[in-house]
Order: sequence, then structure tokens, then C-alpha cells
Amino acid sequence: MSAVAHDHLHGHDDHAHDHPHGWRRWLFATNHKDIGTMYLWFSFTMFITGGILALGIRTELFQPGLQVFQPEFFNQLTSMHGLIMVFGAIMPAFVGFANWMIPLQIGAPDMAFARMNNFSFWLLPPAAMLLVASFFVPGGAIAAGWTVYAPLTLQMGMGMDMGIFALHIMGASSIMGSINIITTILNMRAPGMTLMKMPMFCWTWLITAYLLIAVMPVLAGAITMTLTDRHFGTSFFNAAGGGDPVMYQHIFWFFGHPEVYIMILPAFGIISQIVPVFARKPLFGYASMVYATASIAILSFIVWAHHMFTTGMPVTGQLFFMYATMLIAVPTGVKIFNWLATMWKGSMTFETPMLFAIGFIFVFTMGGFTGLICAVAPIDIQIQDTYYIVAHFHYVLVAGSLFALFAGAYFWLPKWTGHMYDETLGKWHFWASMITFNITFFPMHFLGLAGMPRRYADYPMQFADFNMVATIGAFGFGLSQLIFLWVVLKCIKGGTKAKANYFDAQDDGLEWTVPSPAPFHTFETPPKLEWKHVH
Amino acid sequence: MIIRSLTQTLVKLALAVAALAAAGGAAAIQSRFNLAPPVTRIAEEIHGLHWMMLVICGVIFVAVFGVMFYSIYAHRRSKGAVPANFHESTKVEIIWTVIPFLIVIGMAVPATKTVVAMKDTSNADLTIKATGYQWMWGYDYLKGEGEGISFLSRLSTPRSQIDGTDVAARQANKTYLIEVDNEVVVPVNKKVRVITTANDVIHAWFVPAFGVKQDAIPGFVRDTWFRAEKVGTYRGQCAELCGKDHAFMPIVVRVVSAEDYTKWVNDKKQALAAAKDDPNKTWTLAELRDRGAKVYAANCQACHQANGLGVKGAFPALDGSAVVKDKAQQIAIMLNGKNAMPPWKQLSDVELAAVATYVKNSWGNSDGAAVQPAEFAAARK
Repeated sequence: MSAVAHDHLHGHDDHAHDHPHGWRRWLFATNHKDIGTMYLWFSFTMFITGGILALGIRTELFQPGLQVFQPEFFNQLTSMHGLIMVFGAIMPAFVGFANWMIPLQIGAPDMAFARMNNFSFWLLPPAAMLLVASFFVPGGAIAAGWTVYAPLTLQMGMGMDMGIFALHIMGASSIMGSINIITTILNMRAPGMTLMKMPMFCWTWLITAYLLIAVMPVLAGAITMTLTDRHFGTSFFNAAGGGDPVMYQHIFWFFGHPEVYIMILPAFGIISQIVPVFARKPLFGYASMVYATASIAILSFIVWAHHMFTTGMPVTGQLFFMYATMLIAVPTGVKIFNWLATMWKGSMTFETPMLFAIGFIFVFTMGGFTGLICAVAPIDIQIQDTYYIVAHFHYVLVAGSLFALFAGAYFWLPKWTGHMYDETLGKWHFWASMITFNITFFPMHFLGLAGMPRRYADYPMQFADFNMVATIGAFGFGLSQLIFLWVVLKCIKGGTKAKANYFDAQDDGLEWTVPSPAPFHTFETPPKLEWKHVH
Repeated sequence: MIIRSLTQTLVKLALAVAALAAAGGAAAIQSRFNLAPPVTRIAEEIHGLHWMMLVICGVIFVAVFGVMFYSIYAHRRSKGAVPANFHESTKVEIIWTVIPFLIVIGMAVPATKTVVAMKDTSNADLTIKATGYQWMWGYDYLKGEGEGISFLSRLSTPRSQIDGTDVAARQANKTYLIEVDNEVVVPVNKKVRVITTANDVIHAWFVPAFGVKQDAIPGFVRDTWFRAEKVGTYRGQCAELCGKDHAFMPIVVRVVSAEDYTKWVNDKKQALAAAKDDPNKTWTLAELRDRGAKVYAANCQACHQANGLGVKGAFPALDGSAVVKDKAQQIAIMLNGKNAMPPWKQLSDVELAAVATYVKNSWGNSDGAAVQPAEFAAARK
């Protein structure tokens, strides 16, 4: 580089700590922190949207009979609640965390592909708009469940096509995000940070990103075939034309099962960051945590048909998928045991992130146990497509993924805003969420065992009591989330100034070496690593 | 109102918990906390498996979280705990990998036996085909005593109870949404093979007390079986999302003694023969319209509405419809379906002709002419 050019660049450097203002800062954002912030606000908006739909569902189910919504609209509520929460809330939230924290944790100045990062975020709002707008077109939104099984999809109106396009766009966004994360982690770690010294959150995201790249195209294939079946005369999933409706399910769940782990592995990562800090002890079994995460990811590709035990597969098929599914309990158990061993003989305090982390371990494990029960094919045949399944996946997705996201948000909020959050309100948020969550979803186990099918707008009298309890819990849970919004807004506006290492973390995390709030540009020169602990 | 029903609910729940505690969880009359009381060997095995899993998981849960909560209690800074620094032990990692692995194998072995037994549909005494329609079930007795019996089975709960115009009747109805006009009747202690398929989208034939749930897939046949060991009426519901009236297509199976079954078969066959329409008869407009009103109420009204105006944006209006005026097009759509409209081939020619005539001559439509069954018979070819 010539000296002249260098001078010119240097002149620019004076403004480097400044950043563009107004709408340009966000629309043209290439800074990983700004993009991370946008991801997080986007996902929170979708979380509220999906939550409102959920409250619609619970309102209709408060009592037997049809009171508020007609069944065709009720089906739209359940389907869109699922799609919005999975693709709009949980997945983008984890990408937001990745954007904010991965460069800070590995000592990189930014994500590898800053402009692609901008693009992968800005694909999401149009996709979300397509999804939400589909409620207002003739025929309404997707009403075939979030799994959009063929051939029911053939009966939907144009809302189905809008949903398919939205999923395609969100899939493209996820794939770009994953490419970015993989490239960043593999190429931009600070000198001396070998893979096996990397923070667990980065490890879990690295594995998750590979899962995403592997399965998002599979979903794209399934919904594209649905689209051509609907409009271009193909018969991929139509028996009359030589297709097979069950093939759709195979393709969908080949995506769908790894998708479940896409939503939980980064959560494991966040929990693995938080527990050691508040136990004041290094993470127990770092290496085995990495191997367990990788094992779960690999196993996730060979268990998909456990979602399909009632489609009628041969004995050998049922046995294979039953055994493979039960096997997942082993590495998942290893992770739980490692967290407990990290807490054992520590010196624990229970700030909000730790409360959510412990809450996660406790309630997620209950979801894990019901998962093991569901894995047993004969039991699954009884409880498949009943409220037992609804209870199970909300225990792992709400108490799992969402609680981990809350834990992570409280954990890093001071790093993002420069202020400590309100600890009292945070604790209120935790306890309110924890209690109302269980009031909402625990009774659903009973409903499912007793045989209440899911996606029902109306139900027999015997299910009335527990449905009423669940609805009351759901409104409590929904309102509890307003506390979170309050805490975040309050924390952005002001509060006690946070120091660089505000929780006195002893984990050598590079994010604790930069001031709070993290400046617009960090690690422009790679940091020098000083390891107090050896993993 | 809400507060009152809430208190009632809480009281009922408390009573239920108390009753459960008193009975030791063994003899719940109505399933509330557990799987439906089993009446087949398979359902019993599933019950056993579920208890086994629950107990094993419960023990692990108590052990693991006992450790966690002890640690939370004892190893806290406020109690002056000083952190240790251990963070690795290959031995421990191997132990807590191998032990869960062995436990999982222990769970899989009994489950395997049940899987194999569930899939053995050979040597059935009676074979019944269950066909899922939007939104009712059709049954054909294919083999065994009763062969040739065939009927449709629809929800018999009146619409007024569902939409809330008759709340009192709903509250009093113990079989609200789990009652049908034509129950499936099977003999006790006989192996019944159920073949499932569907006409339009995927449905699932689910009877909890039998431990049976089998998807009914359009264009494909699947099978399952049960041998009910107790006389009684067993109720289930469709368990695969199949569109708007998914919640309104229950399954009711009446298990009767061998003698009662023989009697039912004879009565049913006579009734079916009597109800059979003479295919060569020419029907008058009034006859067809009266018959059509019933067919319409049973099959068409759910979407196109009683007033024939449909639901805007979802189900087209029939009142004033150009398609209804065009007889050929009307017949074609009724037989083959279009978009959300499923094909209605399963109805007889007389039923189809009746409902076509009814639609052509109701509300604002006044075609004045009847559609004869022969026209549908011709269009089917």
C-alpha cells in the first residue's frame, strides 16, 4: 500500500469511532453489533406477534364450544404461531446473539462478510411481512399446521404461496448467516485461540451453522415441490398422479428434526457460558461438551421418522428410529451432568442470568424426559398429535430455547448497553415466567395422555378443566414478557454504569476485555491471549 | 361467570387430585391424568411401558435434581462456599455416558416386543376399511361376519351446541363432540383388522382405549388391529390435521358380544337393503329437493353455509352462482372436486342428484328443473 493511500486512510480513521447516523446506520449497517441489535429487535417483535396468536388460540380453547374464532381461522392461528415463533423469533434471536458475541468472543473485528450480513438481516423483514400479510388475503394464512403437510396444502389459498416464499427467503437468510458464522469462526479467531480453546457458545454455533446449511435446502425442496404441485401440475405428493403424501413428511422431517437442534444447540452454548461464571468455577468437561454437541448434531440426521410412527412404517423402520432417537438421550444427559458438575462445589450466586440458566436446566430436562417417553414407539403411537406432544415441544422450545435466550440477554445486556439491568425486575421476570410457563404447559401432559388431539378448535367436556388452567397460565406468561421489555428499555435508557467485566467472570472471555458498552469497533488489532486456565 | 366457572374448575381439580390420591391412581373411571383405561392387550402393554418410563425417568429426575438443588443450597457464596477448581475427569465422563446408555437399552427391550406385536395384523377375524373424508369417516366391512356392510359415520352433536346457541345442552352433553350417527360395531374378543385410507387429505383413526392410531392416507392403504376384551362403547377422534372441521369427525366403536354382533349385522343388512334406492326410478323435483336438503345439511353446509352464501374468501357462495346454473360444470365439480372442494364420489347418484337439485332450487336460485341420478351415473363413466 502506498504512503499516500495510507495517509488518506488515516484521515478516515479519525472518524472510525464514530458511525453513520439516522436510518443509514441501520439500513446500510455492516457492523456486527448493529446487525446483531437489529436481529434481536426483529426477533422480539416476532416473538410478541407469535405470542399474540398463541393467546388467540388459548382464548378460543378457554371453554368447550366455539366462542371467538371459527375453526378455519383457528387453524391459521396455530399454523402461523408455529411458523412465526420458529422462523421469526427463535432462529433470528440466536443469529442476533451470534452476530453480537462471536466476534467479541474470538477477538475478531467483525463478521467475515459484512455486507452479506446486512443482506441476510434485511431479507427477514420482507419475509415477515409476507407471512403476516397472508392473514389478509382471500382464504387467509396457512392453515395446514407449521409442518404444512401435503396434501392439505393443496387446499389453501394464496396465503400458502406467500408463506412458501417467506420460508424461502428466511431460509436464504439463514444459509447466508451460517456461511458467515462458519467463515468467521474458522478464519478470524485471535492468534493462539485453537478450536479447542474457543468459548462453548462459538462451538455450538459452529455446529449449528453446519446443520443449517445441510437442512435449509431440504426444506426449500419440500416447499418448492408443494408449490409446483399447487400451481404447475406436478404430483410429487399427490397419489392420483403417482406421488406420495408421506414422502413430503420424510423430506420435511429430514429438515425438521435437525431444525429442532438448530434451535437448542446455541441455547446449550449460552448456558455453558453462564453457569461457570456464576458458579465461579471453570466449565466441567469442556471437551466432552464439544463431543456431545457434535454427537447430537450427527444423530439428528438419523431420527427424523420418529415424527411419523403413525404413518405406518415397517417394524424394522419403527425399531431403527426408536433406537436412534433414544440414543440422543445419552449425549444430552452428558451435557446436563457436566453443567451440574460445574455447579458442584462452586461458589454460586443467583443473578437473573443464572436463574434462567438453572431454570433452563430444570425445565428443559423435563422436556428431555418426555422426549424419551415419546421416543418409545408404542407410547408415541398413543400420544402422537395429542397435547402431550404440544407439552413436550414447548418444554424444550420455550423453557429450553427461550429461557436460554433470556439468560443470554440478561448476561450480555450490560455489554450491549453499558448499563446494568434492573436485577429486581429481572428476577420478577424469571419467577413470573417460570411459574406461568408451568401452569400453561404442565396440564397439557394430562390432556395429551387422556387423548386430546392437538390443533383442535373445540374439544369434549372431559378436557375442559385443564384447558381453562392452561389458558389462564398462557395469559400470565404473555404478560410476564412485558416485564422483559421494560427491563430492556430501562437498561438502554440508563442505570448503573457497567464495567468491562461486570460479573467478574473468571473464564478468560475476550468479551470481558472490551469496555461496556462495547465500542462500535473492537479488536481492530488481534488481542493477545493470556490463559489463566487451561481447558 | 368466568370467576364462577374458574372456582368450579379449581374445586373439581382439587377433588380429582384427592380422589386420585385416595385410589392410588389405579382406578380412574374417566381418563384424566393418564392414558385411557386399556381394553386391549396392546393398550395394556402401552400403559405398562408408560408407567415403566415414568418411574425410571422420575427416579433419575429426583436423583439428578436432588444433586442440583443440594448444590444450590450448599455451594453458594452467601454461605461462604469457596469454589473448587476441578473441571475434568475422563473417568466420570465415561461413567455418565455408559450408565445412561445401559438404561436406554433397558427401556428399548420391552418396547421392541410391543412394536412387533402391534404390527402383526395377520389372521384377523374381521376386516374393516376406515376411509377418512373431510369431515366424516366411512366404514366398509370387507371380510368376516358382516361383510358387505358399508356406511358413513358423522358427528351427531348438533351444531347449536358447538356454536354456542345452546350452551345448556352442551354443558349437559357428556359425549359432546364424541358421538356419531352410525357407530362402528365389532364383536368382543375378536381380532379386528382396520385398513385405513382417505379420500382427500390425511386423517388419522385414533381410539385411545385400544392403543390404536393409524394415519389414513389418500391413495394408500395402511393397516392396524385391535382385539377389544371388554364390551362397551369406546370413543376417539381424528388425530391428523385435516382442515377446518378436524375437531368434528370423531370415531365411536361399540364392542358387543358375539350374539349381539350377529343380530346387529342382520339388522344393519336389512336396513341397508331397505334404504337402497331404485336406480331406474325417475324422481320428481319435490322428492329430490326434500332429499337434497338432508344431504346438503350433512355434507355441504359446513362450508357453503345453510344460507348458501358460503364464507367470503374461503368457500364460494352457491346462491346466485354461475357454476350452479351450468349443470355440466356443477356435476363435474361435485364428482371431481376443485381447490378446497373435495370430490364427493362416495355419495350415491341419488344423493348427488338430490343435492344438486336442492342447490339449483333454493335461496335465490330457481332453476325449476331436477337433476336426475342417471345424469350423475353417466358423468361418472
